[in-house]
Amino acid sequence: MPLEVELVAADHKVWGGEASMVVARTLDGDLGVLPGHTPVLAVLAPCVITIKATDGGDVLAHCDGGFLSVEHDRVMIVSDRADLGSAPTADR
Amino acid sequence: MGAQLRVYRQRIRSVSAMKKITRAFELIATSRMVKAQQRTAASAPYTRAITRAVSAVATYSNEEHPLTSEKPGIDRAAVLLVTSDRGLAGAYSSNVIKEGDRLHELLRAEGKQVSTYIAGRKGIAFYNFRHRPIAGEWSGHSDAPTFEMAKEIAQTLITAFLTPNDEGGVDEIHIVYTRFVNMVTQEPTVIRMLPLEVVEGEEPPDEDDVLPLYEFEPSAAVVLDTLLPKYVEARVFNALLTSAASELAARQRAMKSATDNAEQLIRKYTRLANTARQAEITQEISEIVGGAGALADAGATH
Repeated sequence: MPLEVELVAADHKVWGGEASMVVARTLDGDLGVLPGHTPVLAVLAPCVITIKATDGGDVLAHCDGGFLSVEHDRVMIVSDRADLGSAPTADR
Repeated sequence: MGAQLRVYRQRIRSVSAMKKITRAFELIATSRMVKAQQRTAASAPYTRAITRAVSAVATYSNEEHPLTSEKPGIDRAAVLLVTSDRGLAGAYSSNVIKEGDRLHELLRAEGKQVSTYIAGRKGIAFYNFRHRPIAGEWSGHSDAPTFEMAKEIAQTLITAFLTPNDEGGVDEIHIVYTRFVNMVTQEPTVIRMLPLEVVEGEEPPDEDDVLPLYEFEPSAAVVLDTLLPKYVEARVFNALLTSAASELAARQRAMKSATDNAEQLIRKYTRLANTARQAEITQEISEIVGGAGALADAGATH
């Protein structure tokens, strides 16, 4: 069963869909989430999040901190500012 | 042309010019209104996610946090008024200011000192004109608020709240904003922002949708510490966004009735101008007829 992933920024939803794995960096270090992961609520450090989408291809997104929650194979990544791509974007 | 007729024509011209302006404002407000509602909808997932996470931490840990704890003996309060930057929006700003005044009186009656923070140029101007002190002000984005501004406001309020009372800190913070009910109704509303009470959005969670037992990384305390300021930011942002939608709706309605009134005035002056023109013609004819009659009479007697 794939993960249901949602990546939201303060003013818009950045990405949503199914994925087989999510990797993000928490304050303690990298955290990889696979289906069946125990519910977790983690504080993120500014990092590049890798989402392995089920339809092939990696989705890279830059976020400037925030948090990540996992429950029942639903992954919610919340950040004030998040954008697709590996580099932080300039102020819009 | 008769003097009366000229005056009417001039009035019609100036009212038509004004009508063009109010009509343009109405159209602009309508199109921005749609955008404002979209923006509110776009920020909803963020607010929902944060609210859910905060209630998860609140449910499964007994962490105490300064932002959620009531201070004993509240004697200083702060009020944030969310007003508009521009006028021509009917009673939008003055409704918020009036609601704020009511709240001030209430708080003062409870023996609290009140300091005021204002977002929006109209509120700032109102307070400055009356020489009332303002503790903090923000302006420039009332009809399209940015998250950065919400963040700045939230940071300022949190700092004021966390400052100890004897150093000028406040014990509770209220926000007066305008809730968007629908296109015709917008209500000035007061919420108490700090100390926080976590509210689950409009709909209560389902019975079977029980929050799972989370693991917290790195720890519940750190998670709460990061989440709560974000929760405040999200709520301030939400207040700004709904206020923006309300402002635009109020402006659209005000400008619509201004345009209608202008049309009515134009109709009235056109009628009056027509009457004046007709009266002038009638008068000229009777003068000519009278003059011709007098000439004919003069010729007949000789």
